[in-house]
Amino acid sequence: MASKAVKTLITPLGKENPVFVQILGICSTLAVTNKLENTIVMVLGVIFTTTLSSFTFSILRKVIPARIRMMVETLIIATYVIIVDIVLKAYMPEIWQQLGPYVGLIITNCIVMGRMEAFAASNPPGLSLIDGLASGIGYGYVLLIIAFFRELLGSGTILGFSVFGDWWTNWSIMVMAPGAFFVLAIFIWVVKGRMEE
Amino acid sequence: MNGELLPAAVFFGSIFTGNILLSNYLGMCSFLSVSKEIKTSTGLGAAVIFVMAVTSLLNWIVYHYLLIPLGLEYLRFIVFIVVIAAFVQLVEMIIERVSEGLYAALGIFLPLITVNCAILGVSLFMVIRDYSLVNSFFFGLGSGIGWFLAIIAMAGIRKKISGAKIPKGLEGPGITLIIAGMMALAFMGFSGMINIT
Repeated sequence: MASKAVKTLITPLGKENPVFVQILGICSTLAVTNKLENTIVMVLGVIFTTTLSSFTFSILRKVIPARIRMMVETLIIATYVIIVDIVLKAYMPEIWQQLGPYVGLIITNCIVMGRMEAFAASNPPGLSLIDGLASGIGYGYVLLIIAFFRELLGSGTILGFSVFGDWWTNWSIMVMAPGAFFVLAIFIWVVKGRMEE
Repeated sequence: MNGELLPAAVFFGSIFTGNILLSNYLGMCSFLSVSKEIKTSTGLGAAVIFVMAVTSLLNWIVYHYLLIPLGLEYLRFIVFIVVIAAFVQLVEMIIERVSEGLYAALGIFLPLITVNCAILGVSLFMVIRDYSLVNSFFFGLGSGIGWFLAIIAMAGIRKKISGAKIPKGLEGPGITLIIAGMMALAFMGFSGMINIT
């Protein structure tokens, strides 16, 4: 039991990582990573949602009729996302403004529903909770790495603090749309190249 | 503040300057997995245009005539996703009865659309940007056409490079993301023409 829990915790961090192996949840990966601060908030929101949604769905898995399963899943996710949205709006209005629609889009983030379908539907609540948490973290650290490079190269700062000083010319492409695609592509390239070895 | 925007400006702006896929990264999941063939891309793209245009209209009506008078704006995530899911289900049933040819062409793509974040994203952007009813419809239609254009272009490019030698780690999602980045660069050439945000 204990070893299974550990395994459940570790696989989404490496060889079954939702972002760079399964290529899920890319939308928000790209959209929120131009500033590290926003990314941290977004990641916490996703971890919260995916952990609790998997847990809730796992508890209910035997009473939900198969035909309306998807609908129930969506409603569970949406409920948690609304909680995240309201909390952010109340305590961090500035970041909430910058994240804009992307908080709501956690609902359609394939990772959350993917884990519910693939894992929580056939496993007990405890393990599902761990799986949700691990998938959230596996997703989160990739986002943080990407956001780190995008903010560093694009604005010369980390979390708003200047790193390079005046001589640095900002690569403004990095904070714009194409930069996100390139950084993620390079990240996948590096990771896949290492995995082959 | 967007009350004065002309519908035509919103329409062209959402196709080119603010392309939902290339500047807001929405709908990446299905974009990456479906863009292997031009034929399937066309089918999915057409379904997206149709669903996006209609659901943005429906969601505008629901939001302004139901949620705002009742003071339930915070429920919009759940309501929007239910409207989208219900609409997609309805269309699927109608198409199945009415036209077999159309069902064969579009039917299989419809379930995929419910979880396409671009659809929900359009509805959320429409609320945040405070569009009027007419503008919302044109925003939905334009975004759908923009997404269609992007996925067709990507399918075409992927077909061209299918015989090319690609570094091992970049095969599949990696190279697709790099191409998407280049397309986003090209589309950035339109920016400044119309500002719809």
